[in-house]
Amino acid sequence: MEHLLDIKNLSVEFALRSGNVRAVRDVSLSLGKGERLGLVGESGAGKSVLGFSIINLISKPGFISGGEVIFQGDDISKYPYEKMRRIRGNRISMIFQDPMMTLNPVLTVGTQMKETLRAHMNISDKEATAICIDKLKKVYIPSPEKRLEQYPHEFSGGMRQRIVVAISLLTNPNLIIADEPTTALDVTIQAEIMDLLLELCETENMGLMLITHDLAVVSEVTQRIAVLYAGRVVEVGPTRRIIENPQHPYTQGLIKALPQSAHGNRLNQIPGMMPSLQDMPEGCPFCPRCEHRKDRCATQTPPLRPTEAGGFVACFMEGACNE
Amino acid sequence: MRSKWQRFKESYFLYSFLRDPIAYISFGILLVLVVSAFGAPIIAPHDPYNPTTIDIMDAEMPPAWYDGGSTEFLLGTDAQGRDMLSTMLYGMRVSIIIGLGAVALQAVIGIVVGLLSGYVRKLDNILMRIADVQLSFSTYMVAIFIGAIFQTVFGVGNYAKVAIPLLIIIIGLAEWPQYARTIRANVLAERKKEYVEAARIIGLSKKRIMWRHILPNTLSPILVISTVQVANAIMSEAALSFLGLGMPVTRPSLGSLITAGFEYIFSGAWWITIFPGIILVALILVINLLGDWLRDYLNPKLYKG
Repeated sequence: MEHLLDIKNLSVEFALRSGNVRAVRDVSLSLGKGERLGLVGESGAGKSVLGFSIINLISKPGFISGGEVIFQGDDISKYPYEKMRRIRGNRISMIFQDPMMTLNPVLTVGTQMKETLRAHMNISDKEATAICIDKLKKVYIPSPEKRLEQYPHEFSGGMRQRIVVAISLLTNPNLIIADEPTTALDVTIQAEIMDLLLELCETENMGLMLITHDLAVVSEVTQRIAVLYAGRVVEVGPTRRIIENPQHPYTQGLIKALPQSAHGNRLNQIPGMMPSLQDMPEGCPFCPRCEHRKDRCATQTPPLRPTEAGGFVACFMEGACNE
Repeated sequence: MRSKWQRFKESYFLYSFLRDPIAYISFGILLVLVVSAFGAPIIAPHDPYNPTTIDIMDAEMPPAWYDGGSTEFLLGTDAQGRDMLSTMLYGMRVSIIIGLGAVALQAVIGIVVGLLSGYVRKLDNILMRIADVQLSFSTYMVAIFIGAIFQTVFGVGNYAKVAIPLLIIIIGLAEWPQYARTIRANVLAERKKEYVEAARIIGLSKKRIMWRHILPNTLSPILVISTVQVANAIMSEAALSFLGLGMPVTRPSLGSLITAGFEYIFSGAWWITIFPGIILVALILVINLLGDWLRDYLNPKLYKG
């Protein structure tokens, strides 16, 4: 499959007073054209930072300290601001968690949509309006002509998120990065938005990078999953395989922690907490919490290597602890 | 589609305005004052700018209801025989024009500086230090300084012609830092919000984000500070005129009328000072009360017990 996005050994650091902290460590990932990848991990694992680093918009004091982000053949991590600006929102768009916050409260939806188009294309107001209406129809907003004149507060939460999706679709991007797009919405709307994203990705042949901590959402939508832990990819593989046969003890823990349908069972929980980025243990970062740790886990960092089950895993045990 | 007027009639703005007696009474008084000030050439019984209509023999006539008063000069006359009522109306017009003009200038400088220093972090330090330096001078000191220089450069005769724009520039330049600081503080709060991040992500330029996205969101504090600053500017102008550095006596503002009358107050001609004084106080009071109401209206988090 032709690669749309290739992240090679990407590291992101934050320059703090107490020294540099690495939030993303040596991450390599790739995304094919029209492929849907889920980025999973607990809070603070570096999922969002990774997402932002793709479009080179990490806010200070963060910076990309190494590696490459190759998008359609070009290393965009080294693009100057102005050149990067033309890619953002044009070939790569991003969707955020809270639709209440991402729309400007004092501008009409139409103004904000047209503005995006105008920033990237040289088109007349009429053409822009036509494109906006077309995209709003795609996300199933009824009577889009009227809706363009309205302000964000006149929409419900689910509708607002659909408008955000419509905005991200405006320029027919090749890749959409969705950073927990459904966390702020209720469950029925969540399903609606995810279905919509899935459908759009399929019809428009767009790549999707879905950043979330919700395994249920990821398993429905994505084709592959990458599990992040403490800024490192610990497991990558096809979605079904990861859900049914997780190899890394952390992934196993995550899946066990999902509420099961059986009644009366206590919810499983991974003991301990993710290590602080400032105080990373030597060796495998998951080692202090791992049930199956061996002596060498504490001193050596396991590399990411292919597994028999398909995909890659960064663990010395390599599924041997599955039983 | 409902018309604009209909929507306005049903708006919460109008509702909360009509519910607050202080707001609508202040607005009523302000309206009367502003309309009569700008309608001065039509409603004023005399033209104080035309020396041929002034008779020095009419000087220092008391208001009409006093002994020696004449119904021709309802509120009496000043030391030069000008009708107080007409002079005050014209003077109020001058005061309001200077107030609005100075605030417009302050707003332009303040918005540009505030936006730049709030959004472009590199400029923040230098711009705010300039504002601090400006603030450490007293308004009056700056004004006295510039005013004195201009009076010597243009000569007292020509000074009368340039006095209004000059005062606008002086007061505008002296008080822009308040504006800039308010806007900077608001921009700092707004730029952290997600819609700004989203705007960056859809690839908008910095200039567009500043003007189209952040500025409209800081409009309500701008509106409030503007009303307060109009009152301040009118007061500054009155104070400068009182010191003899504002409007010349031939084209008096409220402030210069008060000064002019001050010399006669002990000889019994109290009306030359008191009437412009009352009008000045009323004007500033209603503007400030309206500003207060506007602030409360625009900030629903602020409840008054």
